[in-house]
Amino acid sequence: MKFRQFLLVLFFYSLIFSNSYSIEPDVFVQSTVNRASNILSKNISKEDKINELKVIAKETVDIAGVGFYSLGSARKNLDDIQKIKYSKLFESYFLKSFSSRLAEYTNPEIEVQGKKVLNESYTIVNSLLIGTSDRPEVKIDWRIYTKNPDDPLIRDLIIEGLSLARTQKEEFSSILNSNDGDINILFKTLEEFSNN
Amino acid sequence: MFRKLVLIVTILLFSAFSANAGSDGELILKKNQPSDVKDCFENLNRATFAFNQALDGILFRPVASAYKVLPSPIKTGVSNSLDNLSTLVTIPNNILQGEIKKAGINSGRFVINTTVGILGFIDVAQHLGFPEYEKEDYGQSLATMGVGPGCYLVLPVLGPSTVRDATASVASLVGGDAWYNVTVTNDTQYFSDFDYYASRVTSGIDFRAKNYDAIENLEKNSIDFYASVKSLYLQDRQQKILNTNKIIETQDDSDWEEIETQ
Repeated sequence: MKFRQFLLVLFFYSLIFSNSYSIEPDVFVQSTVNRASNILSKNISKEDKINELKVIAKETVDIAGVGFYSLGSARKNLDDIQKIKYSKLFESYFLKSFSSRLAEYTNPEIEVQGKKVLNESYTIVNSLLIGTSDRPEVKIDWRIYTKNPDDPLIRDLIIEGLSLARTQKEEFSSILNSNDGDINILFKTLEEFSNN
Repeated sequence: MFRKLVLIVTILLFSAFSANAGSDGELILKKNQPSDVKDCFENLNRATFAFNQALDGILFRPVASAYKVLPSPIKTGVSNSLDNLSTLVTIPNNILQGEIKKAGINSGRFVINTTVGILGFIDVAQHLGFPEYEKEDYGQSLATMGVGPGCYLVLPVLGPSTVRDATASVASLVGGDAWYNVTVTNDTQYFSDFDYYASRVTSGIDFRAKNYDAIENLEKNSIDFYASVKSLYLQDRQQKILNTNKIIETQDDSDWEEIETQ
């Protein structure tokens, strides 16, 4: 009897325990945009804003995943050393590109409006960038990777139906196609972008 | 003129019947996948793109920059008027796509906005609860009939297009656009060629001003701006053809499924 009671307590405890650590994708997105919004509305230099945004990006975006997605079928031809090199270059490129794009906005107000679970690994969170006198409202959907529900990560931003990851993938593909698939040219391009 | 229009409609309907056998949503989606659209004229396209960028720097960018600072009600009014004129191309295309109800709604929208809305300056129809306006053109109609996009094309001044869309736009010049007919084709005492071309240039400036920051930002942060614009244009076209902004649910997700880094 005692053993059964113990099992029951253990069962409920584990339920509560697991629920308390799982983060809902929509809550995750709202909390991420609130953090970014706080930084953007701070009275600090643009450079400081960029540095703080980079920290958020590192914590909330699956940079490695986005990087390999962007590489398309070319990722299958990379050896382990090239993969490590690419991951490093892509992270620098991504953080610079992502944070400088965001830093242009001042005090953006984003409202999470709903979510749709695609499958065990992906949920699309729908949000709206509230319009101002300078810009119209913009629909932003977030592709959230939920394979590990305790640590959801952003894998794509779909702005008015246009996927940024897909655009980046086609950009990389164009560079590879124009250079006979030479991965080193892409490495060089990423390096130059990050260093400029 | 009427004969030309009848000829175009007949050709479009014929292509619809000949290509419609398997043209359901999935086939249309597949045919218009951005990654599947070939860039057959890439060198020429890149040269035209560079020309357009130079033209943008000299003309559209500075004018759009000045236009941006106009009071919001004026910008909204101009944008509404241009949308109202575009309804004249949307209505015949609603019919070509078999969307008779939408054609009726858009006709009502045009009549109300042109009269009560003072030549379209005020979108009265929206205030009356009309559904959100979706532009349609002859390229979209051909696509819904099952015609593939063909190669990607960059047109001087006009920008990104495809062989299908560029060819289809000729329909507007041979009777398919009532606004063109009353301004350029026919000599009316009310309108002149200038009105048509002024509306087209204003439309370009309005687009540039609306997307001013986004374009600047994209150019600054792209490693291949030409490829980015191409991708965004083709994604946008795919959505417009399917009349959805939920393309993400139907696109091929296999690449995402392969990436497992967690």
